Amino acid sequence: MSKRDEDIIVCRCEDVTLADIRKAIGEGATTMDEIKRITRAGMGPCQGRTCRLLVAAELSRYLGKPLEQVMPSTYRPPVKAVKLGDLADMDADPEEVRED
Amino acid sequence: MRKTELAVVGAGPAGISGALEAASYGVKVTLIDRGDRPGGQLVKQTHKFFGWHAKGAGTRGIVLAEQLARHIRENENVTFFGSTEALGYYSDKVLLLETPRGIEPLQCERLLVATGASEKMLLFPGNDLPGVYGAGAVQTLMNVYGVRPGRSVLMVGSGNIGLIVSYQLVQAGVRVAAVLEAMPVIGGYAVHASKIRRLGIPILTGHSIKEAYGDGQVEGAVIWKLDEKWNGIPGTEKDLKVDVICLATGLTPLGELLWQAGAQMEYVSELGGFVPLYDENMETTAKGVFVAGDASGVEEASTAMAEGKLAGLSAAWSLGRVPPEEFTRKREEIRNELYQLRAGPTGQKILRGLETLSKRAKKVTA
Repeated sequence: MSKRDEDIIVCRCEDVTLADIRKAIGEGATTMDEIKRITRAGMGPCQGRTCRLLVAAELSRYLGKPLEQVMPSTYRPPVKAVKLGDLADMDADPEEVRED
Repeated sequence: MRKTELAVVGAGPAGISGALEAASYGVKVTLIDRGDRPGGQLVKQTHKFFGWHAKGAGTRGIVLAEQLARHIRENENVTFFGSTEALGYYSDKVLLLETPRGIEPLQCERLLVATGASEKMLLFPGNDLPGVYGAGAVQTLMNVYGVRPGRSVLMVGSGNIGLIVSYQLVQAGVRVAAVLEAMPVIGGYAVHASKIRRLGIPILTGHSIKEAYGDGQVEGAVIWKLDEKWNGIPGTEKDLKVDVICLATGLTPLGELLWQAGAQMEYVSELGGFVPLYDENMETTAKGVFVAGDASGVEEASTAMAEGKLAGLSAAWSLGRVPPEEFTRKREEIRNELYQLRAGPTGQKILRGLETLSKRAKKVTA
């Protein structure tokens, strides 16, 4: 693990470095899902918008597979972090809104 | 539950064009955008567009954004939901929206995903130091909010975005130390590159950033030459004193809603990343879900508007609002327009990407 990799941030939301990603791969994580669950890369506020391709590229290099064969993990709603309270307060039948 | 005939997510050039086209056939449209006004990336594009005059070339992006926003406001078939994000799309054709009023579902008969693209990040030591920006963020700061990002900038990437933002930085009184390009040739149009060079800014091809350094914020960057395998060459390092590093290293389509809709997605590097398969009507493999603009492959505003129009037309047709012969005629017109817009050298890459995509589509249906 190079010192340089420890100073390279892959997932800004969760402060996951390239060293963390390479360590996870070295320990046998070979899918996007495994890397996500072990390192938390892609689990922060932006839900992987920034790091997804970077992790996939790293994995594709390691596996020697083209990037299109390294599928991203499942995309589930919500696409960004929201408060549980806001979901609980959801108004399923809102009044007509006036136009802004 | 609130209902709409066509929900359009993203009020940039693609989404607005789609919304207006569908609305012109009487379709009730709900146009959703994270921004508080329609326009998407146009609201920060102070430069003039290239291309056909008939298609808005020679017009500044900010002016075009105002014109489009006015058309939206004046159109009684379009409801604009600003400051609103689409959180998810469910199989019963329900979009979940986060609005300023709270979270609400929206039932839509058709969906047009025109969510655009996000900026690609680059891996180098110090890449999370304050002062490392995406080029889009720098443009927003300067051209929307009137805030300079710093005093001295290293631009990474010489595509049109990198070149245009470099010029706009200079216009705002910011020094641009250099523009780096990893490829052996400049990525953007020669006319933009020449403007930069005339200002005395070096454009260094075959170069990349080795690292950023600084105590709590960017104080400088070390750059180096790359060999033919994209590895940095030790001994070629140069130290640049800058307080901003601006990354203009490309965009990647934002397709979360398309994945959730179950659309078949393919990775096509020429199009910027994962994009949906779509047919000649801009409809994805998820029935009733259309795509347009950068979300279908990273390109530029004039093609985004044409794709949006085609998607809006198709959505209206699929709802039974467009006579078949009119649909066929207009579709051919727009497809012809797209073909001509892609005739230049930069269009070649897109056409290669679309070729790859259509081959994959055939594999799926075979």
